[in-house]
Amino acid sequence: MSDKISNKSVLFNPFSKDNPVIVQVLGICSVLAVTAKLEPAIVMGLSVIAVLAFSNVIISLIRSTIPSGIRIIVQLVVVAGLVVIVSELLKAYAYEVSVQLSVFIGLIITNCILMGRLEAFAMANGPWPSFLDGVGNGAGYALILIIVGFFRELLGSGTLLGFRVVPQCVYDAGYVNNGLMILPPMALVVVACIIWVHRSINKELQEK
Amino acid sequence: MKIDKQSNWYTIVYIVILVVLTGSALAYTSMSLKSRQQENVDRDKMRQILASLHVTAPKDSISARFGQCITSQFVVDSNGKRVEGDAFAVNVAAQVKLPDSQRQLPVYEATVADGSVKYVLPVYGAGLWGPIWGYVALDADGSTVYGAYFDHQGETPGLGAEIAKPEFCNQFEGKNMWRNDVLQPVAVVKKGQKYSGGDYVDGVSGGTITSKGVSAMLANCLKPYEAFLSSIKNSDQQK
Repeated sequence: MSDKISNKSVLFNPFSKDNPVIVQVLGICSVLAVTAKLEPAIVMGLSVIAVLAFSNVIISLIRSTIPSGIRIIVQLVVVAGLVVIVSELLKAYAYEVSVQLSVFIGLIITNCILMGRLEAFAMANGPWPSFLDGVGNGAGYALILIIVGFFRELLGSGTLLGFRVVPQCVYDAGYVNNGLMILPPMALVVVACIIWVHRSINKELQEK
Repeated sequence: MKIDKQSNWYTIVYIVILVVLTGSALAYTSMSLKSRQQENVDRDKMRQILASLHVTAPKDSISARFGQCITSQFVVDSNGKRVEGDAFAVNVAAQVKLPDSQRQLPVYEATVADGSVKYVLPVYGAGLWGPIWGYVALDADGSTVYGAYFDHQGETPGLGAEIAKPEFCNQFEGKNMWRNDVLQPVAVVKKGQKYSGGDYVDGVSGGTITSKGVSAMLANCLKPYEAFLSSIKNSDQQK
């Protein structure tokens, strides 16, 4: 019974209370870079979920055999292998998106969330909880990416997933897209706004 | 038998096995996806060539549209003579580093909607952060620009990346490549400045290095076509 509750919290805590981006402030670099449009944000989120879940499972399965002296190297090899596979799959099945994401898929390797979860969770837990932890943290990351991507594409380009949502009559009335939203600094501001809202709802997260 | 997991031998054997396993998994993935990836790359190249001719097509029919539009593809040398080779397979990025006389120069001959013949020439150069490339479509007189398409790998959004926007590319339309019987590829100059050597367009404000890159790219990549363009220019005049 207790196992079940912990599995559930392992999966769902990263969405809000332990969110890797807005609470632990990890993986900010890619949040800034890939969220100018919603579509790459979604693909990036899915890629991170896949890489994180599977690397967690693999590391968890072999955790008792890993020589402690080279455990970071072993983790890196596993993550790097998975990232290259994801990148190759995207090139084959989602070419346009892979061109947009360019180097950032490769840079998933350096995403602090991955190494953090592998070290903190997968090295000490079984494969199933590790899988849930990977999915949960990946989804927590993806969630923030999608929220940021939503606002940046809506305000910066007036579109969502490439479809025009701001009607032409609004432009005729003098509305212009906010070009600043496309540039990376605004991602930081949007993330900061999310953190602000999140912390005013969850008062226990506020630092004294 | 108890294995000492802290021993050097264990560590070395462990990492070797791990790397071999990962390596074979990667090799397998790469091999099995190769043809699909190549298809995507080719299709994207076709899309870019068509874009310079103002032709757009949905993703699935690009190949068919390309076949209709591009009537022949061939490779010329710097003397304007046709040489053996598959134009589509020529790696322009590698060719631009060679001296003019050794280059293989791909030409795509196209017939557009109104029935007139155009020539599409690929260009490749360096921007601020990485490679930039494009396709320039010329009228049958070998001089007037019919359309241009530029793209980049990682220029700054809003600044250098503007070269890929229609606002920049469309400026090239109608410009002339020849002045006083000498090929003068269209130059890109800072907005407001004049250029006396030939036709020119305005650069991107805030994207000076990228704009200069486009200018250098056009000069470097189109100059070797001088003999070829001169021959089609002459044959066009005789008509």
